[in-house]
Amino acid sequence: MKRANLSLKQSINSLFSSFLSILVGLLIGILIMLISSLFSSADALSGISLLFKGPFSSLDTFRAIGNMIFYTTPLIFTGLSVAIAYKTGCFNIGAPGQFLMGTMCSLLVALSIDCSKNAILGVFVWILALIAGLLAGAIWGAIPGALKAIFGINEVILCIMTNWIAANLVTWVFSSTSNLINVSGGKSGYLITTDGLNTGTPDLGLKNLTHNSYLDIGIFLAIIAAVICWILLNKTTRGFSMRACGLNRYSAKYAGMDEKKNIIFSMALAGGLAALGGALYYLNPGIEFAYSAAYSNLPAYGFNGIAAAMLANSNPLAVILASLFIRYLNAAGSNFNSAGFNQYFADIIIACIIYCAGFSRYTLELIQRVKLKKKKPVSPVLEANITPEELKAILLDDLEKGGNVK
Amino acid sequence: MSISFILQQTILYTIPILLVALGGIFAERSGIINLALEGEMIFGAFIGAIICKVFISSGVFQANSQLLFIIGMLVSSVAGVLLSLLLSFASIKLKADQTVVGTALNLLAPAIVCTFGLLFFNQEKVVSGASFVLTADSYSNPSFVQGVKDNSILNFFFDKVYISTYIGILVYILLAVWLYKSKVGTHIRACGEHPQAADTVGINVSKMRFLGTSISGALAGLGGFIYIATRTATTADSGVGGLGFLALAIMIFGNWNPFFVALGSLFFGFLTCVGVLNNQIPFLADLGLSMYFYNMVPYIMVIIVLILTHKKSGCPKAEGIPYDKGQR
Repeated sequence: MKRANLSLKQSINSLFSSFLSILVGLLIGILIMLISSLFSSADALSGISLLFKGPFSSLDTFRAIGNMIFYTTPLIFTGLSVAIAYKTGCFNIGAPGQFLMGTMCSLLVALSIDCSKNAILGVFVWILALIAGLLAGAIWGAIPGALKAIFGINEVILCIMTNWIAANLVTWVFSSTSNLINVSGGKSGYLITTDGLNTGTPDLGLKNLTHNSYLDIGIFLAIIAAVICWILLNKTTRGFSMRACGLNRYSAKYAGMDEKKNIIFSMALAGGLAALGGALYYLNPGIEFAYSAAYSNLPAYGFNGIAAAMLANSNPLAVILASLFIRYLNAAGSNFNSAGFNQYFADIIIACIIYCAGFSRYTLELIQRVKLKKKKPVSPVLEANITPEELKAILLDDLEKGGNVK
Repeated sequence: MSISFILQQTILYTIPILLVALGGIFAERSGIINLALEGEMIFGAFIGAIICKVFISSGVFQANSQLLFIIGMLVSSVAGVLLSLLLSFASIKLKADQTVVGTALNLLAPAIVCTFGLLFFNQEKVVSGASFVLTADSYSNPSFVQGVKDNSILNFFFDKVYISTYIGILVYILLAVWLYKSKVGTHIRACGEHPQAADTVGINVSKMRFLGTSISGALAGLGGFIYIATRTATTADSGVGGLGFLALAIMIFGNWNPFFVALGSLFFGFLTCVGVLNNQIPFLADLGLSMYFYNMVPYIMVIIVLILTHKKSGCPKAEGIPYDKGQR
């Protein structure tokens, strides 16, 4: 009972803090739009209405929605990646690097095997490409995870290093695979696509349904991945031990959990997820990979994954909604030109929302503390937002039920 | 390919990294993780480029481009401070997660550049058209011009150089000494090690952390502007090639110590220089390694150094933890 109350209260809290950061972020964004309309020819009012309409103000709404969902797919994966790591107490800022490694290995498989004559073989190669990407990302994520677990080195710095190593590695590898570069298409900075090779992500008619957008079955894989992550975290012993590790690494160790194994496992899983995002994005027949610029620019999807995870408060199912919301804003951004603004206003708003997500939890706690002072004191377990107490409560409750806590 | 040319180029690449890494030291020594160094560099470079563009198009500093350079450096430092205030305000007053806020600022800065670049200059960057390089012919004294052309030592220090190099070195030495020898500098460092103890002896922890992060922002903004002035013909776009993150890496490589950071920056500046010029350096060209390999080396080195030194890290004890008076 206590536990149900506690987790309900926490979910409401986190929902509230997410809404708070969205609200404040949107308000700041609108304010910036109003101010910049004073100094330019932009029309603030129609800009704001475009912002809320998202893809629904596009010329071809079906196509815009299809594309929005397609662009959401990698974001869900990178968001899940950051969320899973965060639940285990790691800040996975390495998602861009893992995304790139996944892209590289899956493209190496999918682009080198020509299945234009055999569609069924193409599907197998596609699956093989996804697995290759997944493994590459898992290894790339496990490196900082293992170094953190064994040597206690800060994973943020390790992830930044692995990001830039991956970025240079990708350009280096592809600049030596001349048969994959789209020279015949006149784009020497890009790779060829899976278009015509039959190794791209199947779309099962979704593409035609949404008036020739990029939409493919990747979104279903993303949703499945989110559900699996949620089950792993909330319904399994491993997930319980991972969360305990995230709440307090040393308490978890004291309780007999293998905290090193947890950290390595969660970072490997996070790497694999981010890599799948990259793989699914670039395996789409319509998307080209600009390999020559990869070494100087980390993919934005990796960093936006942090936004999605923070907005979702690291709940895997909420990551789907948060990612959709972020891409909704981006879809709105692509229509901003008609009001004299440009698509980057959406990026400013997203950045403002993450900025607010950084402290919205504390602000909410502050408000509650003021409220609590006015009310009569409640049970300390309900009041507690502090990690060790919460861990203790969960542990006690599980022991009462006779659950198998390791 | 003369050795003096390689040395000159190395110093050119080193200065921005050096300043930004010192910025990282100031923030972390005061107890704030400044992940937003990259964003502050981009923002500083952007504002600096706008100022140059405005002054050049109005023709104010036509006769004296070096004065414009100095003004640009000052303005970009102020811009860096402004962006860093967003970080310090959220971290100190609102007890925010510093990594998340830093990431947000790293997303915000390029978005601002693209947004307002498109809005006001019709492209996602600012091309200021300014050139601040000093060559032998840019000095007014004719005998000095001749001296620079003939004497190899004078040539090294005065031909194809930027005043930012000398200003940067001066700023670095002054601030590094100040951090260790002055009263305020010691107070800043105390807040990063043990804020509770610092508070007990009457040091205002919030104020010191604001100061540390602001100096950090100023150095990052300055570094960003010097980067575009010396490397990209004073054109500011939505990135500085990950230099802010490299500076963070070098800060850790140098164990949060200005002296080792200076050595580390010089080493990484040299590696960058080798990466760009490796085809023209005879024995390296024979190896046939690509520029991407040399780009990767610094990052791999940092990981190795971190593994080797993980037991005696000089990392400030209280970095990243919001100061809570109740824990005193």
